[in-house]
Amino acid sequence: MYDIKALYEAGSVEEAIHLLVEHPQAQILAGGSDVLVQIREGKRAGAELVSIYGIDAMRGVSYDEEEAIRIGSLTSFSHIAADPIIQEKIPVLGEAVSLVGGPQIRNIGTIGGNTCNGVTSADSASTLFAWDAIVELTGPEGIRRLPIQDFYIKAGVVDLKPGELQTAIIIPKKSYEGYCGNYIKYSMREAMDIATLGCSVNASLSEDKKVIRDARIAYGVAGPIPMRAPTAEKTAAGREVSRETVNAFARAVLEDINPRDSWRAAKAFRQHIAVEMAKRALTKSILLGGGEIRE
Amino acid sequence: MYAGQSVKRVDAFDKVTGRSKYTDDLCDRGAYIARVLHSTIANGRVVSIDTSEAEKVPGVVRILTCFDLKEKHYFPTAGHPWSTDPSHQDVADRLILTDRVRFAGDDIAAVVAEDEVAASQALRLIRVEYEEYPFVLDVQKAMEDGAPLLHEEYPNNILKHTQTRLGDYQKAIQEPGLIKVEGWYETPVVQHCHIENFICYAFVEGGRVNVVTSTQIPHIVRRTVGQALGIDWGRVRVVKPYIGGGFGNKQDVLYEPLCAWLSLQTGGHLVKLDVPREETFICNRTRHSIRNHIVSWVRPDGTFAARKLEAFSDQGAYASHGHSICAKGAGAFPQLYPCENVEVDAYTIFTNKPVAGAMRGYGIPQAMWAVESHTEDVAAALGEDPLVFRRRNLMPVGYVDGFSKNQLYADSFNQCLDKAMAAIDYERKVKEYENQTGDIRRGIGMAVFWYNTAVWPISLESSSCRMVLNQDGSFQLQVAETEIGQGADTAFSQMAADVVGVPLEKVHIISCQDTDVTPFGTGAYASRQTYVAGFSIRQTGLLLKQKILDYAHKLTRMPVFNLDIVDGNIVRTTDGRVLMSLGELATEALYSLEDSRHITAESTYQVKSNAYSFGCTIAEVEVDIPMCRAKLLNVVNCHDAGNLINPALAEAQVHGGMSMGIGFGLSEKLMFDEKTGRALNNNLLDYKMSTFLDHPKLTALFVENPEPTSAFGTKALGEPPTCSVAPAIRNAIFHATGVALNNAPADPHNLFRAFSEAGLFHDER
Amino acid sequence: MSKQYKMIHCRINGKDRDVMVDVRASLTDMLRNDFRLTSVKKGCEVGECGACNVLINGECFNSCIYLAVWADGKDILTLEGLEGPNNEISDIQQAFIDEAAVQCGFCTPGVIMSAVEILNEGRELSDEEIRIRMSGHLCRCTGYENIFRAVKKTMLKRLEAAGKL
Repeated sequence: MYDIKALYEAGSVEEAIHLLVEHPQAQILAGGSDVLVQIREGKRAGAELVSIYGIDAMRGVSYDEEEAIRIGSLTSFSHIAADPIIQEKIPVLGEAVSLVGGPQIRNIGTIGGNTCNGVTSADSASTLFAWDAIVELTGPEGIRRLPIQDFYIKAGVVDLKPGELQTAIIIPKKSYEGYCGNYIKYSMREAMDIATLGCSVNASLSEDKKVIRDARIAYGVAGPIPMRAPTAEKTAAGREVSRETVNAFARAVLEDINPRDSWRAAKAFRQHIAVEMAKRALTKSILLGGGEIRE
Repeated sequence: MYAGQSVKRVDAFDKVTGRSKYTDDLCDRGAYIARVLHSTIANGRVVSIDTSEAEKVPGVVRILTCFDLKEKHYFPTAGHPWSTDPSHQDVADRLILTDRVRFAGDDIAAVVAEDEVAASQALRLIRVEYEEYPFVLDVQKAMEDGAPLLHEEYPNNILKHTQTRLGDYQKAIQEPGLIKVEGWYETPVVQHCHIENFICYAFVEGGRVNVVTSTQIPHIVRRTVGQALGIDWGRVRVVKPYIGGGFGNKQDVLYEPLCAWLSLQTGGHLVKLDVPREETFICNRTRHSIRNHIVSWVRPDGTFAARKLEAFSDQGAYASHGHSICAKGAGAFPQLYPCENVEVDAYTIFTNKPVAGAMRGYGIPQAMWAVESHTEDVAAALGEDPLVFRRRNLMPVGYVDGFSKNQLYADSFNQCLDKAMAAIDYERKVKEYENQTGDIRRGIGMAVFWYNTAVWPISLESSSCRMVLNQDGSFQLQVAETEIGQGADTAFSQMAADVVGVPLEKVHIISCQDTDVTPFGTGAYASRQTYVAGFSIRQTGLLLKQKILDYAHKLTRMPVFNLDIVDGNIVRTTDGRVLMSLGELATEALYSLEDSRHITAESTYQVKSNAYSFGCTIAEVEVDIPMCRAKLLNVVNCHDAGNLINPALAEAQVHGGMSMGIGFGLSEKLMFDEKTGRALNNNLLDYKMSTFLDHPKLTALFVENPEPTSAFGTKALGEPPTCSVAPAIRNAIFHATGVALNNAPADPHNLFRAFSEAGLFHDER
Repeated sequence: MSKQYKMIHCRINGKDRDVMVDVRASLTDMLRNDFRLTSVKKGCEVGECGACNVLINGECFNSCIYLAVWADGKDILTLEGLEGPNNEISDIQQAFIDEAAVQCGFCTPGVIMSAVEILNEGRELSDEEIRIRMSGHLCRCTGYENIFRAVKKTMLKRLEAAGKL
C-alpha cells in the first residue's frame, strides 16, 4: 500500500492538463517505476498524483509529416526496442533502452518518465541527447517544443511548466538520416543496474567512408545531467577515419565531462572509462556506417 | 534404494503451483502492522523520543520506545545450541529495544498500527534526540587504545582473541635459505539476500505467546523469546512454515522477541513484523568482513617451514555468533596446508557497523579468500605451478585432526582437482593463456577449500526424529532439522523410506516445524542436515521397523528374524514370500479388537563425530583491462561430500553456492559512509548480487567417497560450494594479468585501483 | 482526507472480476489480499527482485510497482492461473520440477511467469536471449542454472511439438 494522498486518473492529454491545473501540488505519475519507488522510500510519501498511465494516445512510434520520428512519451522501453521504425532508423535507441533495468522494468518504464525525472543516469537520455532529440510539451497554453538539452535544467529538474506534461519525443529527419550509432552502458552488473556511466556516440561518414563528416557524443553520469561533449565532436568533425582520430576524439572528452566523485564510482575511474567508452563507441559507429579503421 | 537417486523434490509441486505457504501467506489480514524505528547515528545514547505527532496519525495503535521496556532481559541471538555451562554460553548483549545505540540501524522504538501506511507515516513523525559519541568502523582502529568503546566489558573492543601455537615459529624462521611471502587479504561485508525478507507474526493464545516466523532454528527461537521476555520457555510456541531462503541470516534470532513483546503490549493482538529489504541489509545480520595477514616461510624445495596468520574479524555492534566464525576460519589454516610451525591469532572485534552473524560458509569463504590467494602468491614467489605446489602441500591422506578427530580418508583433494581440471580443460588453457599482452586477456585459476560438517565437538550435536504409522501403512516423519530450500525434506524422506522399507510416497514428511509438536532439535546450519538427521532417521526407522515386525510376528506367527519390510510389504526372508502388506498390518494394528496399537517410534541420537568435506573451484576469466572488468567465462566446482542422497538436488545446491561465491568474488559489498557510519547501498539495486547475465554456465561435479562415520555416508554440502569460488576467480585474474588483487571483490573499482598501481594502463593521455 | 476507492473490472486467471480497490494499493496488494493469490510474493516492493511478477495483457510486470487501479480492463495472469481445468500443471511448471529448478521456492512463481511470457512467443530464442529475458529476477538459491535449463528444454519441446524445429 502506497502512502498516496490522492490519485487523479487522466484518460486524455486534455484531462491530464485540466487535472494538473486543478491540483497544482500534484505530481505526474507515468509508469511509476521511479515515482512509486520514491513514495515507498518516503521521499514523496503523501503525494497527490495525476496518473497519466491510462492515456493510450501517448503510446507508440510513428513518422510525422516531415518524416521526423515521433515517440509517444508513454511508450514503454520494450515497445520502443521492438518498434520497426526504431529498428530501421535509430537501432541504437532500441539497444540503449534494452539496457534499462530488467525486462519487467522495460515493460513499465516509459521514455517520457525516463527523461522527465531529470536524472543523469537515464539510459535513453544520452542517446536522445546524441541524436538532437526534440521534446514536445503540452500544457494549458498549447504545445511547445524544445531541444532536449534545453529541457534539462539541473539534476532532477526539467523545464515542465505548471499544468504541462511531456507528450512526445521527436527525432528530426536531419538528426537521424545518414547516422549510425552505438551506446555503451557501463554498469556493475549485466542486468538490473543503473549506469555508472553511459556513452552514446553516432557518426555520419563521407560517401567514400574515409572521412567523419560529423560525430556526436553524449554521456550520462558524466555530470549532473546528461551532456554532449562538444570539444570531442569538434575534434572528430571533418577528420579522416583513423585510429588517431578516434583516440583524439576520445581523449578530448575529458575537456567536456565533469563526473562526480561518489561512493558509486570515483571520478578518476569514471574519467578513465569515459575515454575508453568514447573510443569503443565511435569505433563501432564507424564500422556500422561502413567505415574501416586500419590499425 | 532411494538414497543415491535423483527423486523429485517432495515440495516441488507445491512450490511451482503457489500452494506452498510462507509466513506472510499464512498471516491473517486483521494483523496489526509493526515497524521498527532505527538509530540514525552510529554510536551514542537516545536522550529522548517524542512520539506526540506520530501518535496523532489515524490508525496508529501504539508506539513503544526503548524507555517503555521496563524489564531489561539481555539475550543472545546466535542460533547455537544453548550451553548449560555459563562460561560457554553465547554473549547476551541484546535488548528488545535499546537506548544505548551502537550502529546506525539499532532498534530504538516500534510503531504498531492498523496498516502499513499509518505505521510508516508515524515512523517519520517520531523525533529522537541523541547524545552522540565518536564511532569506529575499521576493525584494527577499533582495537587501538582510546578507540570508541562499544561494550564496557570488552576492552579495546576485543570480543575474543584465540591463539594456536604449533612447534616453534620463531625458531623455524631462522632456517637458512627460506623465502618469506607475506600478504594482507581482506573480504568485505556482504549480506545473505534471501529473496523472502525476514518476517514474523505473533499473537497470544491460551496465555502463551505464539510466533510464526521465517527462521532456520525454531527451537532456538523459542528459548530466546523466553529469555528476552523473561517468561518460561514453555509459554512460547514457535512455528516455522516454508521459508524463502535463510543462508545463515535466519540462523539468528532476529525480530521474534520484539514482535512477541509488541503482541503482549497490545493485549495479545496479532502483530506482524515484515522487515523491508532496506532494513534486512542492515538490521538483520551480515557476513563478517575479515582482514587476514599471512606470512609463510617457504623452503626452496617448495615446502613450508613456518607460517603465521593474524585474522581480524569485524563483528559489528553486537556479539551474535561472535568469535565462532573467525575461529572456524583460523582453524582451517593449520589443517589445509599442514606445517610443523604455526602461529595463529584470531581476533573478533566490535565496530559500529551492522551485526555480523552466520552466513553460508561460516568464516571459511573469508579464510579461503586469504589462504588460497596467499597459496597462489607463494607459488608465484617460488616460480612454481600453483597446482603442483598445492598437490605437494595439501593435507595428506590419513591426516587426523586431534580436536575433532576428523580424518581425510580418501585422496579427495587430488580426485576433485583432477575431475575439475578435466572438465574445464585446465592443462591446455593454463598454457594457452601464458604470456598474453593486449587489452583483453584470459586466465584460469583454482582454489581448494576445507570444511567441517556440523559443530561437534565445539557444541552439542543431537537430532530427534518421530515416525507415526498411519492406517494405510504410510507414516509421518518429523525432525527438527528444517527445510530452508536446500532440499532437506526430500533427502530425509529418501532416507526414511530406505530404512523402513517402504515406497517413497508412503513417507509423509511434515515440513513445518512447530515447537509444540516437533521433536527437539536445533535446526538448519553448519551443513549438518543430512549428516545429523541421518543418524536419528536411521535409528528411529529401525525402531519403527522393529515395532512393525513385532506386530507382524503376532499376525503371521513367523519369527521376527525371518521377517523384513520390503517395498511396503511384510516379507518372509527365507523364501521371499509377501505375507501381508504394511497397510494391512497397520489397519489391523489400529483397529484390532484383540491388540490395538498406535505404532510410533521416536528417538534422539547424539552425534559425537564430525566429518571433513573437501573440494575445489576452477575459474576461467576474461579480463578487459581498459574497462577494468573481469568476466567469468567458465567455472567448475568439484566436491567430495561423501555419498549423495539426491544427486540432482546436490548439483542444484552447488550451483546456488557457486552463485553466492561469484558475487563474493566479483561484485558484492555493503558500503558505509565514513562520515556517518550509515550503509550506502542497502538495497537490491545498489548491492550487486549476480543476475542471470552475470553467470556463465555453472558446472557442479562430485567424487563420492563414502564418509565412514556417517549414517548414510554423507557429509557437508550446503555451505562448501561458496567457499572456494572467489579466490579461484582472483587467481584466474592473477593468471591473466599478473595483478594479485588482495581485497575482494574483483569489481571494477578494485580492478581500476589495482591495474593503475600495476601500470597496466598504457593510455596516451 | 478520507480514503479513496475505485471500482475496477478486470480478468484474473481467466475469470472476470469486479473489485473495489483502495487507490493506494499496488497490484501485489490487490492480488494477495483481495484474491489470496499468494504466489505473488513480496521480496523488495520496489521492482528490484521480480518475486511479484505477473502477466498483464501478456507482458511481464512487477506488480509491486503497478497500481491496482491500472488493472482496470486488463487481463492478468498469475502462477495460479497456469493450472488446467483439472488442476493439471503446465509444461513449464513440470520442467521446473524435473530440472530441480526450485529450491526455497520464493522467487519461483515470478520466475515461471517470465518463462511463460517467453514461451508464449512460440519462437526459438538463443541462450543469450533466454538469459536476457529472464534477467529481471534475483534468485539466491539456484545460481539460475537449472532455471535456464527448464526454460530452454520447455521451449525446445514446444517448438518440436509445433513442428518448428
